[in-house]
Amino acid sequence: MFKVEKRPSPSRFWSWMAPILAVVATMVAGGIMFWMLGKPPLEAIRTIFWDPLFNAQFASYSRPQLLIKAAPLILIAIGLSIGFRAGVWNIGAEGQYVIGSLTGAGVALALYPLEAWWIFPLMVVAGALGGFLWAMIPAILRIKLNTNEILVSLMLVYIALEIQSSMALGLLRNPDGAGFPGSRNLQQYPSAHNAEIWVGSSIHWGVIAAMLAVIAAIFLFARYLLGFQIKLTGSSPRAARFAGVNPNVIVAFCLGTSGALAGMAGMFEVSGPAGQVTIDFATGYGFTAIIVAFLGRLNPLGILAAGLLMALTYIGGELAQFIIGLPAAAISAFQGMLLFFLLAGEMFVNYRFVRIRKVVA
Amino acid sequence: MTTPLLRLSGLTKAYPGVVANDDVSFDIGHGEVHALLGENGAGKSTLVKMIYGLVKPDAGHMMLNDTRFAPDKPSTARAAGIAMVFQHFSLFAALTVAENIALGMENPPKMRALAARIKEVSQQYGLPLDPLAQVSDLSAGERQRVEIVRCLLQDPKLLIMDEPTSVLTPQEVEVLFGTLRKLRTNGTSILYISHKLEEIRTLCDEATILRLGKNVGTCVPRETSAREMAELMVGTRLHQPERHTRDMGADALEVVDLSVAATSQFGTALRGVSLRVREGQILGIGGVAGNGQDELLAVLSGETLSPKGSIRFQGNDISRLDPTSRRALGVLAAPEERLGHAAAPDMSLVENACLTAATRQGLAKNGWINWGKTRQFAEDVIARFDVRTPHAQVAARALSGGNLQKFVIGREIMQDPRVLVVNQPTWGVDASAAAAIRQALLDLAAQGAAVIVISQDLDELLEITDDFAALNEGRLSVPVPTAGLTVDQIGLMLGGAHGMEQAHV
Repeated sequence: MFKVEKRPSPSRFWSWMAPILAVVATMVAGGIMFWMLGKPPLEAIRTIFWDPLFNAQFASYSRPQLLIKAAPLILIAIGLSIGFRAGVWNIGAEGQYVIGSLTGAGVALALYPLEAWWIFPLMVVAGALGGFLWAMIPAILRIKLNTNEILVSLMLVYIALEIQSSMALGLLRNPDGAGFPGSRNLQQYPSAHNAEIWVGSSIHWGVIAAMLAVIAAIFLFARYLLGFQIKLTGSSPRAARFAGVNPNVIVAFCLGTSGALAGMAGMFEVSGPAGQVTIDFATGYGFTAIIVAFLGRLNPLGILAAGLLMALTYIGGELAQFIIGLPAAAISAFQGMLLFFLLAGEMFVNYRFVRIRKVVA
Repeated sequence: MTTPLLRLSGLTKAYPGVVANDDVSFDIGHGEVHALLGENGAGKSTLVKMIYGLVKPDAGHMMLNDTRFAPDKPSTARAAGIAMVFQHFSLFAALTVAENIALGMENPPKMRALAARIKEVSQQYGLPLDPLAQVSDLSAGERQRVEIVRCLLQDPKLLIMDEPTSVLTPQEVEVLFGTLRKLRTNGTSILYISHKLEEIRTLCDEATILRLGKNVGTCVPRETSAREMAELMVGTRLHQPERHTRDMGADALEVVDLSVAATSQFGTALRGVSLRVREGQILGIGGVAGNGQDELLAVLSGETLSPKGSIRFQGNDISRLDPTSRRALGVLAAPEERLGHAAAPDMSLVENACLTAATRQGLAKNGWINWGKTRQFAEDVIARFDVRTPHAQVAARALSGGNLQKFVIGREIMQDPRVLVVNQPTWGVDASAAAAIRQALLDLAAQGAAVIVISQDLDELLEITDDFAALNEGRLSVPVPTAGLTVDQIGLMLGGAHGMEQAHV
């Protein structure tokens, strides 16, 4: 017989082992699922994890996609992880991402066709500000009325999506677009285009911003007093109060920062890979980033790795749909398994199995 | 000699990494009040759990009235005539006394018959109790009576009591002891667990002392001094805190007519609290748990802000300052709850050092933490307060209660406070560590700091404080000099008969 016992200190070994084990378990369980769907399991998994990077035929297309997909995930997840560490649950990054894309694109469209070097930086600021303000709605409601930020931020996603549709069909619609929904294509507006920085590298400004966010988050948590206070608030709210941490400041900082980063991600996306505001611009980066944040154990470097891994399953998933005809729902289930196994593996970090010795009566 | 009621022979119980009981043997005679003495972690609870059928021994056996006794669950033990009053009550606040008692019975009688029976038993043993009263209206002492009456209804041969007096005022303790003596006269044996030596000396016929799971000696408490028993318990000579006469300086902290509403449903409101501590003075605040101790500490530490002008430090109003600003001035606090309030359980001792010492020790500059300096500070606290830990990077929750308490108190004392407020500084701490903490508080006062000690341990307050005040339902009595106070007087103060209030009415 075994029983579960809390460890005296969290296990370092398992905090690194758990994510690796989760990936392996996902491959096994996912393989079984694919097999039950009548698809060759090994080939499906190879298509998802291997082909996007090394397949002779597709890799040249899919490899650059990796950074393009990973950048917004990492940028958003870094912001979310700050709040999650403090026990501030921003579930509405998708909404902040959408609003950021609208404010960012809005600035560009308002200035069109003016060409100036400062337009793009201004768009970055506008995108961040849009996301920040959208996230401050749940923050202020929580501080003033003690509402639950999970519900408020999530509901605001749906409002943001409605605003996005309205913008794509109304205010931001391309006047030269012959009545089709969607804004002007920012890829054709040089001052506003979030283009590749080095040709062929697929690195755009969003990738740079994501890397900077990772580095900033490392410093925030390792050395900065505010980072310590955030961790303290999440780990032991009463001790944090005793330490003199103002919980309202933490709530506002966490939601504000994650909102600003999500808004920035939306802006980089709309001005780069997506190019225009459309009714179906938002593709779930804001939700997937929640998985990325946890998959990375809320650790900045972990999130970097998890973002790349998640992007890989996205691209690989598309490839698997295309090559072996896996249904899209199966890919989503596969990604869900990853989170499930990760959370299950989390248990080993703080708990251990102990053999119960037979009692001699 | 007649056969004992219960004979324990070679009881051994090991948990992973620790032997809780190692070959423990002793007898409990018929009609005997037997004390089980020992520090925290000495194995008292494990031993009692084996007798009560909650834990099975790895080796050894028990004989009850000369027959083999091996209870596999509490109901078996109860059927054999063993009853237990736990330290923590298991009562439903929303139900009446009689309903609560009926819930614990296997075949409860009709409510009216049960109520009559409760009345009868409670009167017989001098435990006044109204069977129809709702438990939420009862004091801690009355709740304990419910638990005792619940046990007595089973007509037990052996009654086990786990630290029964920790929640009682001295007067309530007297009532309890009267009951226990009556039980003894009627032939019921009592196994009395405590670490309060004077109580054991007045009540118990025999005492077994456990240390690190072993039976280290049996004595007759009446013929043994408290000091000898304590030294048996600890295994070394005890250091008695030394008091030096101190010069009292200017007023350090003053609280004027402070009233704060309860912050939670089960909290206590503070009502018109006034007090004054001078530099070099130790003010003791006694009271039964739940009378506003936590709230008072929160108000003084700055976790709860109070009305303007209600708290002054060196003449300046600090009632609206947050904990960090108060620390900068030198007003420090150490709350009762170590894990989750004074320290973050999952964080290391280094991080926990940063928790309160960042401002005053200059551990952070412009928002950047100097971890090297923080670790040094944590290691200094560990060294000076003899905190037993492999190193400073251990999570706080991995430390034993006493060691963490030494760390938490040491962390504040080493910041050279001008005012230090502590709540239950030696709660759950072993005797030698408690002595060290009390000495550190005395030394701190000798260096000119003002100290407020909130405690439920009257012996502690009598030992180290200069003045004493009682906290009762959020009201603080007028402080009086501790020297010359008798336990009876203190008991009256704790019970709420404040000298001043009576004079006003």
